[in-house]
Amino acid sequence: MGFSQSKESSGVTVVQVEGQLIVGNRHELKDLVQAALDQGERRLLVDFSRTGYIDSSGLGALVSISKRIREAGGELRLAGLNDDLRSLFELTKLDTLFTITETPEQALASF
Amino acid sequence: MTSPLRLCVRRSAASDTRGAATLVTLRLPSDVTCIEEAVELVTRHCLAGHQASKTVRFRLRVVLSEALSNAIVQGNREDRAKTVDVRAELGPEAIRVWVTDEGPGFDPSAVPEPIRPEQLAEARGRGLYLIRKLVDAVQFNEQGNSICMILRRQ
Repeated sequence: MGFSQSKESSGVTVVQVEGQLIVGNRHELKDLVQAALDQGERRLLVDFSRTGYIDSSGLGALVSISKRIREAGGELRLAGLNDDLRSLFELTKLDTLFTITETPEQALASF
Repeated sequence: MTSPLRLCVRRSAASDTRGAATLVTLRLPSDVTCIEEAVELVTRHCLAGHQASKTVRFRLRVVLSEALSNAIVQGNREDRAKTVDVRAELGPEAIRVWVTDEGPGFDPSAVPEPIRPEQLAEARGRGLYLIRKLVDAVQFNEQGNSICMILRRQ
């Protein structure tokens, strides 16, 4: 369980969530995104293709990083959510707050 | 590393109109790093011997995780001297799960709906809402430090 970070040749920073994004590791994601912003990165993609579960604290962390990225003049995309995870975004109406694509490839093409 | 969690499972005689049930109890410390293991343990025992749909399994995991997180973070304020008790009553038709903390309790009716436009950008406040959306019934004790979640198996 954790996060891996890479940078596409297009300049997009991709953060992959491995396993879960929950109350126990949400600060790690926030710190990672803040470090990327501090380094000047402005286009970020969070890829959930390998994520089994996101809890409400994880959803809250995504809201927080979305705000930080927006305030820095950047853009955030979410991608790779399975049907169960997608349902959490829909139930909480967070699907209206984020730009969500089905696949990471679609997200990368949308920047 | 030895797990600090101790799960207890026993069959009970009919104690009320709901009839006989398997009881699962678990006490865990106020440590958010224990949530994942606790959810896994309780979910596994709640669904053992039943054909659980993927949806029921997912919903049970979500609501357990949210209730435990609320109890540890909001209820017990992550005070390691306090514990959280889980009691699951497993009937043939439904699962009833109580999660109880040692905090002062809260008024669940005072929690704002997180889907209101003015709340949508808030980082917190979605746990109880998700629980209410994903189970068939939610009840609180008078003090507000114990939640009972009822989830039908089908």
